[in-house]
Amino acid sequence: MQEQLERIKAAAVQALKESEALQALEDVRIKYLGKKGELTAVLRGMGALSAEERPKIGQLANNVRASIEDLIEAKKKALMEKEQAARLAGERLDVTVPGTRRALASRHPLKQLEREVCDIFIGMGFSIAEGPDIESEYYNFEALNLPPDHPARDTQDTFYITENVLLRTQTSSVQIHVMENQKPPFKMVSPGRVYRSDALDATHSPVFHQMEGLVVDKGITMGDLKGTLEAFLKKLYGEDVRVRFRPHHFPFTEPSAEVDISCFVCGGEGCRICKGEGWIEILGAGMVHPKVLRGCGIDPEIYSGFAFGVGLERIAMRRYGIDDIRLFLENDVRFLKQF
Amino acid sequence: MKISLNWIQEYADIAGISPKDYAEAMTLSGSKVEGFAEVGEAVQNVVIGKILEKEKHPDADRLWICKVDVGTSETLQIVTAAQNMEAGDTVAVALHGATLPGGITIKTGKLRGVVSQGMFCSHEELGLSLSDIPGAAEDGIIVFPKAYAPGTNVKKVVGLDDVVVDFEITSNRPDCLSAIGLGRETAATFGKPFVTHTPKMTGNDENINDFIKVQVQAPEKCTRYIARGVKNIRIAPSPRWMRDRLTASGIRPINNIVDITNYVMLEYGQPMHAFDRRYLKGGEIIVRCAAADETITTLDGVSRKLDSDMLVIADATRAVAVAGVMGGENSEIQSDTTEVIFESAMFHGPSVRRAAKRLGLRTESSARFEKGLDSTLSLAAVNRACELVELLDAGTVIGGMVDIYPTPSCERVLPLDADKINHFLGTSIPRERMEEILTAIGFTVKGDQISVPTFRADVEEFADVAEEIARFYGYTEIPATALSSSAGIGGRSKSQAMEERIADMLSVMGYYEVMTSSFTERGAAEKLGRSSEGCIFIKNPLGEENAAMRNTLLHTNLEVLAHNANQRIANVRTFEIGKIYKDLDEKTLAKEPKMLFIGGYHTDFYAVKGDLEALFASLGVSSVRFETAPENATFHPGKTAAIFIGEEEAGIFGAIHPEIAGRYGLETEVFAAEIALDAILANAAENKTYKTLARFPAVTRDLAFLIDDTVQAGKVYEVIKKYAGGRAEEIVLFDIYKGKQVPMGKKSMAYKITFRAQDKTLSEQDVSRALDKIVRMLEKELGASLR
Repeated sequence: MQEQLERIKAAAVQALKESEALQALEDVRIKYLGKKGELTAVLRGMGALSAEERPKIGQLANNVRASIEDLIEAKKKALMEKEQAARLAGERLDVTVPGTRRALASRHPLKQLEREVCDIFIGMGFSIAEGPDIESEYYNFEALNLPPDHPARDTQDTFYITENVLLRTQTSSVQIHVMENQKPPFKMVSPGRVYRSDALDATHSPVFHQMEGLVVDKGITMGDLKGTLEAFLKKLYGEDVRVRFRPHHFPFTEPSAEVDISCFVCGGEGCRICKGEGWIEILGAGMVHPKVLRGCGIDPEIYSGFAFGVGLERIAMRRYGIDDIRLFLENDVRFLKQF
Repeated sequence: MKISLNWIQEYADIAGISPKDYAEAMTLSGSKVEGFAEVGEAVQNVVIGKILEKEKHPDADRLWICKVDVGTSETLQIVTAAQNMEAGDTVAVALHGATLPGGITIKTGKLRGVVSQGMFCSHEELGLSLSDIPGAAEDGIIVFPKAYAPGTNVKKVVGLDDVVVDFEITSNRPDCLSAIGLGRETAATFGKPFVTHTPKMTGNDENINDFIKVQVQAPEKCTRYIARGVKNIRIAPSPRWMRDRLTASGIRPINNIVDITNYVMLEYGQPMHAFDRRYLKGGEIIVRCAAADETITTLDGVSRKLDSDMLVIADATRAVAVAGVMGGENSEIQSDTTEVIFESAMFHGPSVRRAAKRLGLRTESSARFEKGLDSTLSLAAVNRACELVELLDAGTVIGGMVDIYPTPSCERVLPLDADKINHFLGTSIPRERMEEILTAIGFTVKGDQISVPTFRADVEEFADVAEEIARFYGYTEIPATALSSSAGIGGRSKSQAMEERIADMLSVMGYYEVMTSSFTERGAAEKLGRSSEGCIFIKNPLGEENAAMRNTLLHTNLEVLAHNANQRIANVRTFEIGKIYKDLDEKTLAKEPKMLFIGGYHTDFYAVKGDLEALFASLGVSSVRFETAPENATFHPGKTAAIFIGEEEAGIFGAIHPEIAGRYGLETEVFAAEIALDAILANAAENKTYKTLARFPAVTRDLAFLIDDTVQAGKVYEVIKKYAGGRAEEIVLFDIYKGKQVPMGKKSMAYKITFRAQDKTLSEQDVSRALDKIVRMLEKELGASLR
């Protein structure tokens, strides 16, 4: 019987070696281990054995069963791995085929810039104020120290709705609303549309965007104005940018300044973009004129402040190399897509 | 303001400073230099030469070979056809590589076999006229009457070494529209003494009052009027130095008398005028307002109609000049003029500005008056004019002057508080430095008081003084400091943040953000099939196509869609968040609500609607309803919904009426929504609260029924929602079917309803009961029948 068992084992091992499919394995299992299998048949004949032999042969039979089972398992695992490998190999993708794209669109380039600029000031604790586009003459001019017949009014060709109602020529009008409606201290920026009757061409638009800034508190200095605007410009143009303040005149600030940055194309050497000057004018600023403060009921002996204004189109045009201001309001999708 | 740098040099010694450095320093002290140009830029490498030898060319009768000393160790050999020079003469030599006006370059070459290393220049070759330089010859080269060192740049000798500087002068500094003003700024900028010249009062022993009578009838518009007289005039061209300076400033030289008035204007900033005395009828000048309908032909030959707000200079019978703007042709200086009245007056700035504007005639004179001039200038200017008459030997100055000056201006006095100024600027400038700066620009400091010179009317208070100190101390020197302020923490308001979020979401959904003009054509409302009631129109628009303020975002956005469709761009979807403008009131001004536009083409109604629903859901705006909109001309009658948010009708959404779309050139179907942003913001869920996650399983049942085709899905949803009870978690319409097996006039609707309880697993019985009720109520209220 022992021999019989050894023979069965050897035959099963041989059969398994030759099995190359899961079904073949199953066939082997049934042939040797199944209810009508060879091993089972041997075990059935155990009853004829003596009491001493029975446990020995029983154990041997169990060992044979166990080793065949192990072999089947091992072979099964190997076959499955092989089969999976073959399947996966057949699933190979061309990873260079373009992906299925979602139809994302984008924010308008001026809005992106407006947000970036606002975020810089929000980071410095500013809030955002809003004001009307359609203004009274008072808020646009008189309260900003531009009385009727002031020669500076000529440089801002104004659209009128009625005798005293106009389209604001500058976001500075929001300063007055803020100062009239709130108590100092305040730190605010105000982006918005402004209007001047310039005929539309590649560099002029009768509708364009500015952002105004205003800080009023006790003890605000011109050094604070410089520090704030330098921080803003370095954030916008990079730490390496050089900032230059030079005297200028605005009726609503005193002292007034124009602020230049070193040309970001040539770095200050002088080129076509900066017209050889090495500097690019970027914004106007100054200490709020005492007359303007007084007009809003704020005592310039107690409070001081600074204000600034920046044109958004000009920054965007230089940043992206846009050579025609009309593109902003034309909204050609091929243009919008690029931002 | 363009001005000769050589002229400026008369007031401040800035020799050795390059034009570039000059421009930079002036810009940083507040006189912005827009640019500069060398007068003799075209002439390069032309030097003084001394002819050492002169001999005949062996092969040419008319040519001479000269040995020339040009200041180098080597003498040059120059062959010339000129005949008017001798050995020992000082001439202008264009060296090898020299350039001359007209793009000419001189090179070493051979003339009839003899090497010539340059060229002798005539006045014409240097771009000058015969009378411009002594030694110029009608038919020959320049032979200087004086010897100059060989090698000297010829431009210095012939007056081509000037630089014209172009300043941008701000409106508060009319004093800098003058050589003296810019000279003063230059001296202060470079820390040099400011050299002034005070004209002497000259004149013969005659009395001006016998020469002219002056009456000022409008003293509020003419605060000072000075007249002086000149007789025995010899009209001639003015000398080259005067013509050069006028030309540098862009003023065309005319004759000695007119040039003197212009020269004095450039020198002092005081506009002047000269009248031919023989044309002043009655021998008098009357300063008065123009009569209604009075006309005058100005010096430019244009006949102009005046109005009674304009100030004129008149004689006994008629206007002879528009005060401060332009003189009249009728009293113009001519070649045979023998007697002249010089006017140096102060006219009220705003009046001059209004007159110039109304006449459409802005002149050098009006541009100065309108900014407000210093009335003390009038005297110095008129005396300077008379002084120049004598200097140019142009006539005999009559003694005395008429000076009508009822209220002389006086210097303003301001306190000097150094601590306050330093505190304001954020500096620690020593008081002595402040005094030094102020003194350099004409202020007088006495103790704690500053006298502001009369030419600085713009310096009115403390902040103005601080600016004067800051700009010469240097803006660059002011330390930049970090802001410390007790103002709040800042940031966007809730609605500002929400607006950004809406824009971000829509752009991610595939809608491009656009920004359209605030202007529309005058008839935009009518084009949309609407009334223009409440529309705001511009009084002085840039054309009819920009005459109205937009009162809807539809018009400009349909234009944008049409533009893109014309460019054959497919599947365009856009949005804009922007103001519209309507209902103007003089006191409260206009209403400027912000609107949200969403639209596009090559899409469909339910795609855009779905995007709107997703947007609302994301913002937590839950109370949105779409209802069939009442018919309107703008939208398709069958594909348009009114959008209700809460109880408010917040907007409209649908297909644009094909008739309207066609007006914009849109052939394809276009969808558009316009919604009041405020309504969205007001109904957005500000605070979201967490709901416990369900622990019990959901049960889903499908429900299909037949119903009249006219019953809207919205109504069906309402009924299901109402009767499904609190356990109905989700009600989804997943199929609408019309056609085979569905009777005419009916449709089949299929809903998937999900039930879930928070406290138990729902039994089959619970769900059936709920479903039965829904079916019953759909039958009862909407006539539905289960399929």
